[in-house]
Amino acid sequence: MNTPEFALNYSEKVIFKLRSLYSKCGYSPYRMSKFEEYDLYAHNKDFLISDSIITFTDTNGKLMALKPDVTLSIIKNSKDTPMSVQKVYYNENVYRISKGTHSFKEIMQVGLECFGDVDIYNTSEVLSLACKSLKAISVNSVLYISHLGILTSVFDAFNIPSYARQNILKLISEKNTHELNKICAEIELDDSKTEIIKNIINTSGDKASVLPYLYNLLSDLDCKESIDELSQILNTLDDSDDMIKIDFSVVSDTHYYNTIVFKGFIEGIPSSVLSGGQYDKLMEKMKRKSKAIGFAVYLDMLERLDNIESDCDVDVVAIYGANTNPTTVSSTVSEIHKKGLSVLACKNIPDNLKFKEIVNLIEREVNTDEENA
Amino acid sequence: MKKMLNVALPKGRLGEKVYNMFEKAGFECPSIKENNRKLIFENEETMVRYFWVKPSDVAIYVERGAADIGVAGKDILLEYEPEVYELLDLDLGKCRMAVAAKKDFRDNPQKTLRVATKFTNIAQQYYMSKGRDIDIIHLNGSIEIAPILDLSDVIVDIVETGTTLKENNLEVFETIVPISARLIANKSSYIFKNEQITKIAEEISKQLEA
Repeated sequence: MNTPEFALNYSEKVIFKLRSLYSKCGYSPYRMSKFEEYDLYAHNKDFLISDSIITFTDTNGKLMALKPDVTLSIIKNSKDTPMSVQKVYYNENVYRISKGTHSFKEIMQVGLECFGDVDIYNTSEVLSLACKSLKAISVNSVLYISHLGILTSVFDAFNIPSYARQNILKLISEKNTHELNKICAEIELDDSKTEIIKNIINTSGDKASVLPYLYNLLSDLDCKESIDELSQILNTLDDSDDMIKIDFSVVSDTHYYNTIVFKGFIEGIPSSVLSGGQYDKLMEKMKRKSKAIGFAVYLDMLERLDNIESDCDVDVVAIYGANTNPTTVSSTVSEIHKKGLSVLACKNIPDNLKFKEIVNLIEREVNTDEENA
Repeated sequence: MKKMLNVALPKGRLGEKVYNMFEKAGFECPSIKENNRKLIFENEETMVRYFWVKPSDVAIYVERGAADIGVAGKDILLEYEPEVYELLDLDLGKCRMAVAAKKDFRDNPQKTLRVATKFTNIAQQYYMSKGRDIDIIHLNGSIEIAPILDLSDVIVDIVETGTTLKENNLEVFETIVPISARLIANKSSYIFKNEQITKIAEEISKQLEA
C-alpha cells in the first residue's frame, strides 16, 4: 500500500528513509519492551544523558523503568559474539528529563548498533551510515568526529592526574582555552604542554588538513597508533568525506567510550541531532568480550525543519444532511480519495476548519429530488 | 552567501561596553546607539543583528539557537550549564561568587549548614565538593537579609565591591569562583556560521591582548 505524502509528518518520512538505509546494509530491526529492570540503569548511570528515570513497581514486585536509553537494553539482551558481528537498528521512544521544563519527555530515536568483532570496515560503515542519515534529513549537515584515544594518550604522556582529566575534557568540549591556563597551572603542567592541549582545542577541519597537523603536533607523544586508526577509518569511508570534520570538542565519558566519538549537526537545528561512538569499555563493564559501536538520531528536534506549513486542514469538506443516504456519502468520499485528496465528511463544518473545496451533498439531494419530481 | 549573524547582548552598561568591542571588531550597527526603546537592531551591510536581552537569559537564547553568539556572565554559565562553546573571557564585569555570613558566624560542622542563594546549582556543587551537608534556601533577591533574619547561616552570592555586604553587617568568608563576562557561541551556529564567529572571536581576542 502506498502511503500518501500528506499522511506523513516530517519525522515519519525521515524514519522510513533511515530504516530503508540501515536495512540495505544488513542491519536487522530490533524490537524491545517499553520497560526494563531499573537495576540495569542503576549500575550504568554515568552512561545515561540524565540520571532521572521514570520507575514503577511491577506486579511481581520488581522495580522497573521506562527506557531512558536503548543501547544498554540491546547489549543486555544480546548474545556476546566476539568472533562475529551483529548489526541491528531500532526505532524506539525513550523517556528523559527535558532541560527546559524539568519534566519527563518522550523522545523518538532511530539508531543502530554494531557489536562483536568490530573492525575498521565496520567502524567506517557506521560512520558512513551516520553521514547518510544526516544527509537524509538535510543536505546542510556536518559530522564532527573525535578520537578519545588521542586525548587519553596526551593525558598519559603529560601525567595529568585523573581528577583533572574530567575538568580538562569539559574545557575541550567547550572550546574553552582561557580557563585551561588556570587548571594547567594548578596541576603544574608546563607552558609547552598547555600549549599543545590548547592547539588540540583549536583543531577543527577536514582530514586532509587536520591529520598531518596532528602527526606533527603530537609527534613526540605516544599517539601515533590512535591517529593511524583515525586516518585508516576516514580513508576507508566511501563518499562522505566532505561532511566530516575532525574536532575534539566532541567528548564522551571515557569510562564507557574509548576511541571514536561523533556528533551530527544540521543547519537550522541548534543542538546535535545525532550522537554516537565506540563503547568497548561499556561492553567490558557488562562482562562482554566483544567490541561495539553505534549511534542514535534524535527525531524530536526535526519538526523545526518542517517548514512546509499546510495551508488547510483538509482538501475537501463533504456536507451531508440527516436524510442523506450513507451510501451516497461513502461513494462521494471514495471518489475524492481517488483524486488523491483528503476529505472530511460531516453534517456541520467545525469552527476554524480550513479547506479548499466544499461538496454539498444536501443540495445535490434537493436538486435530484426536484429533477425526479 | 553570508548569513545574518544574531548576537544577544546583555542589557545595561556591560552590554554597551561589549557592543563597542563588536563595533571595533568590524561588526558595527549604528542604529543600536539611537535613543529609543527598540530591542532589535540590524545592519545588512555587516550582516549582523543585535538584540538586548536580560543578562541571565543570554545563555538560553544562544543554547536554543535564537542567537548565534552572545555575552553571558560566568555565574550564569556555571548555574545553568548550557550546551554552548565558551570562546573568550572578555575580562569585563569582573566580580566573584562568594560565601558570606554575619561577622560573628562560626561554622559548626555538626549542624546542617543553611545556605540562602539564587545560585542553587553552584552552591550545591561547591559544598558537595567539600562534603558538607547543606540545606539550600532558594531566594530570588535581597539575599543579604537571610542571615540577619536567621533564615540562613550563610549566603552564596555575587560580590562586586562588598559595599552591600558591609552595610548589612556581613562579610565574605570564602571565594568560590571569580566571575567575568564570556563570549559564548551556539554549537550548531559555530559550524554553519564559522567564518563570521571565528572572525569576531579573533578580533576581540586581539583587542584583549592589546
